Amino acid sequence: MATLVLATRQESAAARLKDAATVAVVALLLGIPMIGLTTVDQGGALRVATRWPALAAFVAACFCGRLLLRYVIDRLRQRRRTREHADTATPNENTAANPWLNRLGWGALAFALLLPVAFSDNRYVVDTATTVLIYVMLGWGLNVVVGLAGLLDLGYVAFYAVGAYTYALLSTQFGWGFWQALPVAGGVTASFGILLGWPTLRLRGDYLAIVTLGFGEIIRIVLVNWTEMSGGPNGITSIPRPSFFGLPFKPPGDAPTFAAAFGLEFSPSHRVIFLYYLILLLALLTNLFVSRMRQLPIGRAWEAMREDEIACKAMGINARNVKLSAFAIGAMLGGFAGVFFAARQGFISPESFTFNESAIILAIVVLGGMGSQLGVVLASLVLVLLPELGRDFAEYRMLLFGAAMILIMIWKPGGILAHREPTLRYLSGSAAR
Amino acid sequence: MSAATPLLRVDRLTMRFGGLLAIDDLSLDVAARQITGVIGPNGAGKTTFFNCLTGFYKPTIGSVRMHHPRHGVLRLEELASHQVARRAQVVRTFQNIRLFPQMTVLENLIVAQHNALQHASRFSLAGLFGLPGYRRAEAAAMGKAIGWLTRLGLIDKADTPAGALPYGMQRRIEIARALCVDPLLLCLDEPAAGLNPRESAELNELLKRLSRDDGIAILLIEHDMSVVMNVSDHICVLNYGRKIAEGPPLAIQRDPNVIKAYLGEEDADEQLPPETTP
Repeated sequence: MATLVLATRQESAAARLKDAATVAVVALLLGIPMIGLTTVDQGGALRVATRWPALAAFVAACFCGRLLLRYVIDRLRQRRRTREHADTATPNENTAANPWLNRLGWGALAFALLLPVAFSDNRYVVDTATTVLIYVMLGWGLNVVVGLAGLLDLGYVAFYAVGAYTYALLSTQFGWGFWQALPVAGGVTASFGILLGWPTLRLRGDYLAIVTLGFGEIIRIVLVNWTEMSGGPNGITSIPRPSFFGLPFKPPGDAPTFAAAFGLEFSPSHRVIFLYYLILLLALLTNLFVSRMRQLPIGRAWEAMREDEIACKAMGINARNVKLSAFAIGAMLGGFAGVFFAARQGFISPESFTFNESAIILAIVVLGGMGSQLGVVLASLVLVLLPELGRDFAEYRMLLFGAAMILIMIWKPGGILAHREPTLRYLSGSAAR
Repeated sequence: MSAATPLLRVDRLTMRFGGLLAIDDLSLDVAARQITGVIGPNGAGKTTFFNCLTGFYKPTIGSVRMHHPRHGVLRLEELASHQVARRAQVVRTFQNIRLFPQMTVLENLIVAQHNALQHASRFSLAGLFGLPGYRRAEAAAMGKAIGWLTRLGLIDKADTPAGALPYGMQRRIEIARALCVDPLLLCLDEPAAGLNPRESAELNELLKRLSRDDGIAILLIEHDMSVVMNVSDHICVLNYGRKIAEGPPLAIQRDPNVIKAYLGEEDADEQLPPETTP
């Protein structure tokens, strides 16, 4: 009943009173048998007794409650309407908000640079920040595929896995270093991206999502079962950690070490901090690369493909190349993150590359706001830190996680930062850098 | 190009969807620098004809030959849709506007110049490092886009997302975007649909100028007779996928077959007294 009345729109005080009166009448009708009349056991015989004061209180409560509810709903609705009105009235309002967003971005960067200094004695914080940055990087990579090109990819973790295993195999079998393996792994994952992209060129939306989901599972199952190559479920152990330009992070020994070369006391936290700065560098390069690509013809073609593929073809754009390049570049960035992951963990197994990871990365992109670089950072913070903070109430972690996602989707259906910045402007004279 | 060789020659084009014959044995010449109107009742196969021309459908039978000044004769029915726009420079617009709604008007027009820019960006490497060659190409693309926007009176809206603009303006943006592809033949699918009389009059002017001043051949599907009869040099009338008449506008207006197709037979439509049909 309440929902039925809720759906109609009441504005004036008189209308609200009338609405509340209707509710009160219904409450009265319902209340007479349920509250107003009751049975009393009088010496073995049942007698009907009346409770009119209780009924009156019930009806009054319904009346007042309804009035209050109506008032609150109307206020909220009005606020939303004025906000929407303000949005449409001043389309430049978005551009006015940009300096603020820019400042937020620079602030986040400064914080990221200073974090290991501030928490140099707290390994847990730096470790968690490293995890956040891995997800930021993965989010930026997937943003190319999902946010810019509009190709829903549910198997992104496959590229992460391919990158990680490529580095693990190259380093353990052939003794390759981190920096040597990085570009090769990028190339390998990009080819895997094309491998996935080629057969799915004609698919869109849900169908594409299913195929990419399957692709992610295929990679994982191959890794589990191809024991000779990947070590099967046992994974690959003792993957060499990255060194500081050839100086390993080890206790002092015969060979020169990082601590000895810089005259520092050896501390295991050196490597943690180094890894943190390494992923920060990789993530920043990714960001620079993706934001630059967005302003290039290929990036604009990705976005145009997301908006309307048929119109793209009519403009002479080769949809196949555009889609494959999005898949390849997105995959390559995921592969880089995978290489870092393998180098940081020193041990990888198919366990780390389940569908859950794909879902989290996709959630980061969607919650952050499709195509928004800063949004990905904020969403990774939320999605990685929430489960961490929730460790104390372990069973409720996922509940908390789910509730947070639902709340974000209610408040910001387009993602935390849904604003799209044009890649070039007429009024600023020439193309944006 | 001599007047004898048309820009585009459609020869015995047939398009069959299962049991439905959408286009039946259609032959048509489209002259360079002229406006050719294609009219016909709803469902006559006009848009299907466009889809066959521009590579979105593969015709069941027949050929579409384009006499391209640089590439010689191109068989459009064998090209993929993006090649039709890129190589043959036959560019179309859509009956239901297909812009890139979240991108700004200017971006829409820059995307239309993708191939030139992508070539200049050398697999995005020159673009990534902002090399001078790419920067020049980008400035040229901006210049062309701004030129068309100014001519079509859209320059104030250059930085507005295309989807946020009114319908009539979106129609013009779609034409401006198609013009940025440097068309030799521009195929417009109902460009006047949803326009008010003033906007239709402006469209008439624009189409005439494009064909006369810029030498762009135009193939025009349109229901708005004030547009078609005004601007067309030549009109082709389709009904149930067949060409039922062809000729200059005045002759088409008097053609009994056309009147029958549009208004029905006399006994089928009692409202029309016989004397109104000249």
